[in-house]
Amino acid sequence: MELAHIVEIVNGRVICGEEKLRRTVTYGFSSDLMSDVLTINIEDLMLITGLTNPQTIRTAEMADIEFILFVRNKKITPEMIKLAKENDMVLIVTGYSLFRTSGLLYNAGLKPVY
Amino acid sequence: MKLNFQVEGGNFTKAGAASSEVKKVLKQLGVPPMIIRRIVVALYEAEVNIVAHARQGIISIDLYPDKVEIELRDKGPGIKDIPQAMQEGFSTASEEVRAMGFGAGMGLPNIKKNADKLHIESLVGEGTTVHITNYFAKP
Repeated sequence: MELAHIVEIVNGRVICGEEKLRRTVTYGFSSDLMSDVLTINIEDLMLITGLTNPQTIRTAEMADIEFILFVRNKKITPEMIKLAKENDMVLIVTGYSLFRTSGLLYNAGLKPVY
Repeated sequence: MKLNFQVEGGNFTKAGAASSEVKKVLKQLGVPPMIIRRIVVALYEAEVNIVAHARQGIISIDLYPDKVEIELRDKGPGIKDIPQAMQEGFSTASEEVRAMGFGAGMGLPNIKKNADKLHIESLVGEGTTVHITNYFAKP
């Protein structure tokens, strides 16, 4: 799925990485538990989360995840944006809940990991 | 090549800085991405453990042509029962640690899963030392 299409579906706002919106992603994983995210050994994944702190970005960095979608209009700090830019990531924010976001993207064809 | 990092207990804004540096160095050395991933996931979980549980720690990285040896030595509460701590779901983490997305009792199992060799020594009231070895190509 193209990132631009994902942004459209969740009525999202791109925080950084606009230049990558033509990129595609195959899998989605929704979690607020970073240790769980670190168990996933799959490329081409979007992390969908309500957890907003620098460890979210660090976790994505270690797990080679380039795309993060934050739910419920969570506040993304300047420090998080700086870290994300250093790692060439795309950060998107939506006002929808984790449940609604996951449901919409699943319906639209984003694949689950398990 | 040797790399050393100081880790401050309780400082979550910096947690992962050492792992991030190591990842950059491994990339520059041309280590395959799937192997880098295993190394940095193990290292990052161990680094977060120092921040979550200890007062301070030192991470020493020894890079050889065929492997990396990592030692994480901390001053902290130590681990009373290592086999129990290795069980998935066992955790003594604080609410603050849980709020950071960790502390679900998955850290040590994650380290074990991603390390080619893992050895943990601990003295209650003194601290814990974690040794991780990973090979760049499967031996």
